[in-house]
Amino acid sequence: MNFVTILFYFFEAVAALAALSLVLVRNVFYGALILVVCLLSLAALYVLAFAEFVAVTQILIYAGGILVVIIFGVMLTAKIAGKPLVVKHTNVLSGVLAGVSLFTLLVYFLSSHKFFEDQKEAPPSEDAINTIGFGLMTEFVLPFEVAGIVLLAALIGAAVIASSIKSKKV
Amino acid sequence: MVPVYHFLWLGAFLFCAGLMVIITKRNAIMVLLGIELMLNASNLNLVAFNQLHPAHLSGQMFALFVIIVAVCEAAVGLAIVLRVYQYYQTSVPDEVTELKD
Repeated sequence: MNFVTILFYFFEAVAALAALSLVLVRNVFYGALILVVCLLSLAALYVLAFAEFVAVTQILIYAGGILVVIIFGVMLTAKIAGKPLVVKHTNVLSGVLAGVSLFTLLVYFLSSHKFFEDQKEAPPSEDAINTIGFGLMTEFVLPFEVAGIVLLAALIGAAVIASSIKSKKV
Repeated sequence: MVPVYHFLWLGAFLFCAGLMVIITKRNAIMVLLGIELMLNASNLNLVAFNQLHPAHLSGQMFALFVIIVAVCEAAVGLAIVLRVYQYYQTSVPDEVTELKD
């Protein structure tokens, strides 16, 4: 067991524990922070899977973008300022049943299929970010541009929806 | 090199945890957090399968576009949650039952 394997198990355990505690936590603010712990450990796992560009994107977008937006949402939807936003649980039995049965099914299928036999031992050694840049501009240029348009449309739509036009009720 | 099935088991666990969060929480923001967790579980599978074929970049590219769509979903979803909260004074999805006042 070398150092990389120990790192992998550590980050895997952190991600799994964070996901489990996100199921159990009742405070929405703590939930957002736990989600960020889970996403950062997933970024470390991406580095260990030789996907450095995806890892950096994950850290930039989730820790820098989505966390801030979610915390703003938590602060703007709390009824009384200074009081933590605590949520109740409903449908506990059906939720646990759905989650556990789906997990059992997935583990059954994963253990009945041998994915790792055709795995090569040699990792890719070329410059990964260079390759991704060339790929984005040649083979994947259409999805790249469409993603830009989707981002623009979604952000304008979000700004218009959340703008402070007075609603009738309240 | 780390075997692929570790990634797949972790992805399955994260997906099921996200599903349980979505079903059991009585708050729209917690539901959005659960959706983010499920999207990241699928991303983990894409990245894990990409290291079986390191010459092809399709898995990593698909993961990048999934992250972009997740950003759009979080922004629009939180805007809708804010708007619903301003209108109904609640962020519990079950209490928003009327289409028109």
